[in-house]
Amino acid sequence: MEFFKIKRDIPFMRHALIFNAVSFITFFAAVFFLFSRGLHLSVEFTGGTLMEVSFSQPVALDPVRARIAALGYTDVQVQNFGSARDVLIRMPAAKGSTATEQSERVMATLKETDAQAELKRTEFVGPQVGDELAIDGLKALAFVVVGIMIYLAIRFEWKYAVAGIIANLHDVIIILGFFAYFQWEFSLPVLAAVLAVLGYSVNESVVIFDRVRENFRRFRKMSTVEIIDNAITSTISRTIITHGSTQLMVLSMLLFGGATLHYFALALTIGILFGIYSSVFVAAAIAMWLGIKREDLIKQVKKDDLEEDPNDPNSGAMV
Amino acid sequence: MNRYAVWKYLVILIAVLLGSVYTLPNFFGEAPAVQVSPGRASVKVDLGVQAKVEEALKTAGLTVSMLTLENNSLKVRFETTDQQLKAKDAIQRTLNTEADNPSYIVALNLIARTPSWLSSLHAAPMYLGLDLRGGVHFMLQVDMQAALSKKAESLAGDLRTLMREKNIRHGGISRNGQQIDIVFREQASADAAAILLRDQFPDLMTTLTPQGSDMLLNAKLKPEAGRLVQDQALKQNITTLHNRINELGVAEPVIQQQGLDRIVVQLPGVQDTAKAKDILGRTATLEIRMVDESSEARMAETGNGVVPFGAEKYLDRNGQAVVVKKQVMLTGENLTDAQPGFDNQTQEAAVHLTLDAKGARIFKDVTRENVGKRMAILLFEKGKGEVVTAPVIRTEIGGGRVQISGRMTTVEAADTSLLLRAGSLAAPMEIIEERTIGPSLGAENIAKGFDSVTWGFVAVTAFMCVYYMLFGVISSIALAVNLLLLVAVLSMLQATLTLPGMAAMALVLGMAIDANVLINERVREELRNGAAPQTAIHIGYERAWSTILDSNVTTLIAGLALLTFGSGPVRGFAVVHCLGILTSMFSAVFFSRGLVNIWYGRQKRLQTVSIGTVWRPDDLTTKAIERAKVD
Repeated sequence: MEFFKIKRDIPFMRHALIFNAVSFITFFAAVFFLFSRGLHLSVEFTGGTLMEVSFSQPVALDPVRARIAALGYTDVQVQNFGSARDVLIRMPAAKGSTATEQSERVMATLKETDAQAELKRTEFVGPQVGDELAIDGLKALAFVVVGIMIYLAIRFEWKYAVAGIIANLHDVIIILGFFAYFQWEFSLPVLAAVLAVLGYSVNESVVIFDRVRENFRRFRKMSTVEIIDNAITSTISRTIITHGSTQLMVLSMLLFGGATLHYFALALTIGILFGIYSSVFVAAAIAMWLGIKREDLIKQVKKDDLEEDPNDPNSGAMV
Repeated sequence: MNRYAVWKYLVILIAVLLGSVYTLPNFFGEAPAVQVSPGRASVKVDLGVQAKVEEALKTAGLTVSMLTLENNSLKVRFETTDQQLKAKDAIQRTLNTEADNPSYIVALNLIARTPSWLSSLHAAPMYLGLDLRGGVHFMLQVDMQAALSKKAESLAGDLRTLMREKNIRHGGISRNGQQIDIVFREQASADAAAILLRDQFPDLMTTLTPQGSDMLLNAKLKPEAGRLVQDQALKQNITTLHNRINELGVAEPVIQQQGLDRIVVQLPGVQDTAKAKDILGRTATLEIRMVDESSEARMAETGNGVVPFGAEKYLDRNGQAVVVKKQVMLTGENLTDAQPGFDNQTQEAAVHLTLDAKGARIFKDVTRENVGKRMAILLFEKGKGEVVTAPVIRTEIGGGRVQISGRMTTVEAADTSLLLRAGSLAAPMEIIEERTIGPSLGAENIAKGFDSVTWGFVAVTAFMCVYYMLFGVISSIALAVNLLLLVAVLSMLQATLTLPGMAAMALVLGMAIDANVLINERVREELRNGAAPQTAIHIGYERAWSTILDSNVTTLIAGLALLTFGSGPVRGFAVVHCLGILTSMFSAVFFSRGLVNIWYGRQKRLQTVSIGTVWRPDDLTTKAIERAKVD
């Protein structure tokens, strides 16, 4: 079987400007939603109490809300979790009563409606932990960005490092933008997914850059644009197949992983889809704008190259 | 060119063999068991106890499937939960003859059904996190500022005693936050004190400043000494927590330090959070001070006057006011044990205290100087002090064994000793994170994680086999080996597997296939460009390797960041993620190449390679030839 019967190199870079414009628009939309709507942070970040209650029959959420409100707790969120019988209750930390009292009181009222209601899980996080998690999350992000940039700069060159990291940070922002727009819950596993995506989709850029370097060595007469086009074309089948395989795994998590893994898998899905786009269209284009050239990567052959064909570097192009 | 040296095959064979052995324990499941562990530090679970347990089980007519004694605890395994419950009762009756003061903790537990030949290889199943087995998780924050203030207070007391002994005159010692201020009227005594401090209190830093006509000597803890104090406070609290949790009878509690000032407590299988929290959350500290016996204090006690300077008023358990001096003689730190008992002569109910060496010395001095006076034991809970008991000192007490008796019932003695023991926390603590997971949710989470990994794996391998034919089959086998090695490494390290960890497992499999896709695409490309099959395989693997390395390094950087800065669920994810990337480099490249070499390497005249369609546009062939010329 072969999905990709590509006869000649696809001139991706001819449309680089359009792709970059599309990127900019989605990027700014994401930033806009991040600021206007903000992330719907989970209890781990905000502090508070979370309860997962399983009822014997499907329940309507409004009466549950009313009952909890009657206890005097404000800002309580009630939503279904996985099925109509499971309910997730989120309460900010209440002054004057401990988390246990809070969850016990809520459970007592809920048992009045349904004696078989079962408390499956509770979580209480103090406010000091939440701030730290946010800071640690940012530190981790910084670590990843700096680490990857240093690695790419050593393995390739700074221009590739900049291009790679911009492309992939743009993925991260877009994932966050989706979470802000749809107000999906942003929890610790989602943060893990976002950082994993960052590491993963840099792979794509690396694979393409690797090809670019190889092409610079092999096809000395091609222009940079042609070299990039050829690199993308010859790796596109691999890019799509690997992403497809990873997506199969993530899809299986989305289908079988239940509510706990739902947003984790969702973040990965968006990350994988935009990862293809950004490394193919964004990273390579930025690298091109930054003016990568043969001499940056292959310094020792620079002299021979010039001697062979000093005036017309494109004379031997085959495409 | 596609041959491996014999040692490479040996490496593969050994890796797969080890992988299988260490993965194996995960398939045996868990059996109901009863665990016997010591209820007090002085009690040992040894062969004698084992004999008693065996005897008890024999009389009860219960068959034991396995019995192990290690790390001062005895685990007895049974076939059914019914037997387990009966056995627990039987053991409880035999070992704990005094019901209200049990010497042993007999708890229900689940033990892996690992066969003994595997256990002897130290092969054990993966350790399941709370989200997979159910239980309670707490994170406690130790109030280090309080620990430091307390240390300063006790140092100020030591200083006072020492200066009196050395006859150095001063105009008052007071604790100011975490620092000690001493006022001197004359330069000579200030200098003498400074020398004394330097020689006797190496933990303190001093500065001497003139203040009007007086001299002010300011002493504070050196940073390294401060760290030591905090470290000790944390250790002491962990020990105290251990003792408290033993009261709950949890089979395998986890009590760990996290960071500089936090303690994580995990109680697998415990469902009664309220009780667990009640016991953990008793944020109590203990102090022994002298009762102020002056007449002003008497007046203040009855409510007819102000509390004199240097004293404070507290209520005892019956609501009676007691005025005590601010100076702390001893803290809970120096109390090692408190047990209810009886006075040897009068047979009255009593509380027996055991002090450590330093505590014993101080106590001896204090009691010698204060015979006939009253001493108060105070318990501070959530910032509020209460007088537990305020006995009269009858004689000088040396040796660190103290008995408090008189006007006490047995119940009161038991309560007081429990409070005193609970109070031996070096610094107050607060619960800052709490998580409870029901057992049914744990089982559901395991099933979900397992399903995700299985179906994802099936889907990916099915696709690979169809798309890349034999190379796809080889890639799939390599992926299976990756999973095998990953589970084996996790089992070997006894890393905690959580639901995010299972998600990472699925994700890492999805990412690991990337290496094989890269290789297979490269081989196809070489074939497309007209290379001979053997050369194509060789070059395909060689060229793909540098790309695979690059991409794995970047993924690993992200994994390491998560491992370094992540906590809780993120860390569980990161451990599996990082290990999975490492094992994938072995399986996807080294191992799969081995299989390819076995299959194709021997064939001298290899005509075709089963790697699916190698599609070749006509003009591309010519292009390839032209390119070859250019190169």
